[in-house]
Amino acid sequence: MLKFLETIPATDPLAKPEQRQIIDQILEENKDIPGGLMVILNELQNRIGFISLAMQQYVSHKMRIPTSTVHGVVSFYSFFTTTPRGRHTVKFCMGTACYVGGVPQLIEKAKQTLGVDPGQTTPDGNVTIELCRCVGACSQAPVVVVDEEVHGRVRPNKFPQILRAVLDQGKQTSEQQA
Amino acid sequence: MAFYRSHILVSVDPKCLQKGSHEILDSLQDELVSHGLVDEVQVLETSRIGDPDVDGPDLIVYPEGVHYANLSVDDIPFLVEEHFLKGRIVEKLKAREHVLSDEELGAPKSKEVRVVLRNCGKIDPNNIEEYIAEDGYMALAKVLTEMSPETVIDTVMQSGLRGRGGAGFLAAQKWKFARQSPGEIKYVGCNADEGDPGAFMNRRVLESDPHSVIEGMAIAAYAIGAEHGYIYCRAEYPLAVKTLNIAIMQAREFGFLGKNIMGTGFTFDLEVRMGAGAFVCGEETALMSSIEGKRGEPRPRPPFPAVKGLWQKPTNINNVETYANVPQIVLKGPEWFAAMGTEKSKGTKTFAMAGDVKNTGLIEVPFGITLREIVYDIGGGIKDDKDLKAVQTGGPMGGFIPIQYLDLPVDYEALASVGSIMGSGGMIIIDEDTCMVDMARFFMEFTQDESCGKCVPCRVGTRRLLEILTRICEGKGQEGDIEQLENLSQEIRADSLCGLGQGAPNPVLTSIKYFREEYEAHIREKRCPAKVCRALISYEILEGPCTGCTVCARNCPVNAISGERRQTHLIDPDICICCGICMQVCNFNAIRIN
Repeated sequence: MLKFLETIPATDPLAKPEQRQIIDQILEENKDIPGGLMVILNELQNRIGFISLAMQQYVSHKMRIPTSTVHGVVSFYSFFTTTPRGRHTVKFCMGTACYVGGVPQLIEKAKQTLGVDPGQTTPDGNVTIELCRCVGACSQAPVVVVDEEVHGRVRPNKFPQILRAVLDQGKQTSEQQA
Repeated sequence: MAFYRSHILVSVDPKCLQKGSHEILDSLQDELVSHGLVDEVQVLETSRIGDPDVDGPDLIVYPEGVHYANLSVDDIPFLVEEHFLKGRIVEKLKAREHVLSDEELGAPKSKEVRVVLRNCGKIDPNNIEEYIAEDGYMALAKVLTEMSPETVIDTVMQSGLRGRGGAGFLAAQKWKFARQSPGEIKYVGCNADEGDPGAFMNRRVLESDPHSVIEGMAIAAYAIGAEHGYIYCRAEYPLAVKTLNIAIMQAREFGFLGKNIMGTGFTFDLEVRMGAGAFVCGEETALMSSIEGKRGEPRPRPPFPAVKGLWQKPTNINNVETYANVPQIVLKGPEWFAAMGTEKSKGTKTFAMAGDVKNTGLIEVPFGITLREIVYDIGGGIKDDKDLKAVQTGGPMGGFIPIQYLDLPVDYEALASVGSIMGSGGMIIIDEDTCMVDMARFFMEFTQDESCGKCVPCRVGTRRLLEILTRICEGKGQEGDIEQLENLSQEIRADSLCGLGQGAPNPVLTSIKYFREEYEAHIREKRCPAKVCRALISYEILEGPCTGCTVCARNCPVNAISGERRQTHLIDPDICICCGICMQVCNFNAIRIN
């Protein structure tokens, strides 16, 4: 058993058997292809949702490359995150057309509604708001992406409606848990 | 093999079957027999043609390509007699043209020429047969059976095709270098890391016509002697990645990728690699680092990728649009391609038009068209009939082109002569309400954030530029700031390692060059002429138009607006953050910026 694995927190994906299995499978399938590190990290980010420090160490061990190299790649690309995000992500497109088209106003509105700044997650872990690079839907500017769904021509007073669906879901989940 | 002069393809989509395709098939057969046409006209079953809900049951007749829809068995005797016996198209049975509800790509405007976008929205990207029906993979067949790699390179050279990724290097020249580089193993790469904000031409091609890119890459691979290729697609485009993967699988099934393609002994296969949100990976050497699984940092050139590229092997990298042009050049001949465009820029270019123009979306125009034609004839002019202020081309590494150059013919050299670049094809139309200092700051914020940090001029220089620009926008500009911006820009341009740093100062330099008075107004008078920079403006509610509807007060993020219902509202300037939401939501134009 790897030494660092004994010390990882119980909340880490590596400590959860079903996620551990996914991680192992991703590594097994891709570790020997040329340039596999990027493929592996993309898969981990997609399926686990983030790449914890322990996961980086694990990747480095399995691929026999230095942890510094793995961390260097993880920290280089903005898509890779090292902490878990909210259940839902609301992204504001910062492309030129959206910037000119009124995304800054939408961000103000979101800060007011959710009480968090871009890059942060609401305290209940439900929604993360983020700024993102141009999503290429410029003809519909300004654009807000809620999870995978692109909302175009969003006006500040319509923004709460878009959020409502996500917020309602969050409420249900927390009520169920309660 | 029997030769038929006509083919009837009848849709046997489940919905069409339900609506009676079988009866139509039987009736067609009977009628053809009775007119003695069975040896001339072939009847085939095919998958869906139009929208089965609207058009079904329907059929299409080739070579004419006529689409007959909403057919019933009773129509068939007349149809066969008219179309196949007398050779007259039956107008009343033809499918109605569907109104395109495509927000990105409308029907071509009069000055457009669609080469790269020709299949977009017309064929099903997930069905390789539809691409084949549009002469797909014919060019690859021609290349593999009739042409030597050298002839392919010569053909592309004669066409004058230049790289559509931005730099505008002759595509065939790159291929030639890669072919001449010694080495057993070579690679072709496709740059689909379309990171410029405001540009989405390549995404559309990948999502709507992926096979044209695959075919172009296979031809390039044959020309340079590569057996393996990579498409590097940005992670922001999940649908493009999915479509590409389906297309690659289908191309393998049909034997257009893999070993011994079309029985010619040529082997080529392809895979998609995803980026992870780093703009600099659109630079070809950074892109290669990323495919290799490393940090996407650029490498010094030389050695050029054609000599030492992916894993130190000779590599040819072109962008999506460049490859998508190649099959057409092979099929229609280099002369056809070279007949379009200007002396040094041949063919067509796709642009993604965005910003304050009436018709936003994708366009494809021959080089040499003027900006005026693009903005007014194709774009329909400026929204709300405001005045045009500038056109920004080439993304964050490009520049602003002011209205005095509206009649400039659009090609690589002309755009460079006014300080901008062609870039990959983003085009932002800017109206009078846009502050050029703020725009320059916006682009610099982007480049500063995306600078990979490997070389000092770019890493530190862009940061300093941003600090000065931010200061000016906040009303804290000083005398000498403009000169400092200019000096710093020259040095960053001269000393940076890759195109990102070399191009980063372009928005600053062009905005100073053409809109210097705006900088001076910010610095000397602490005034933003376009009324954009928040520190230099204030909002006011006008007594006359305000109806006291409370919309502004309810939407204000900082509760700076007070007032009773049906009474004129008031903005507290000490609380107001000048976000402009009130102005956007006000239905009575009661809010003014001072």
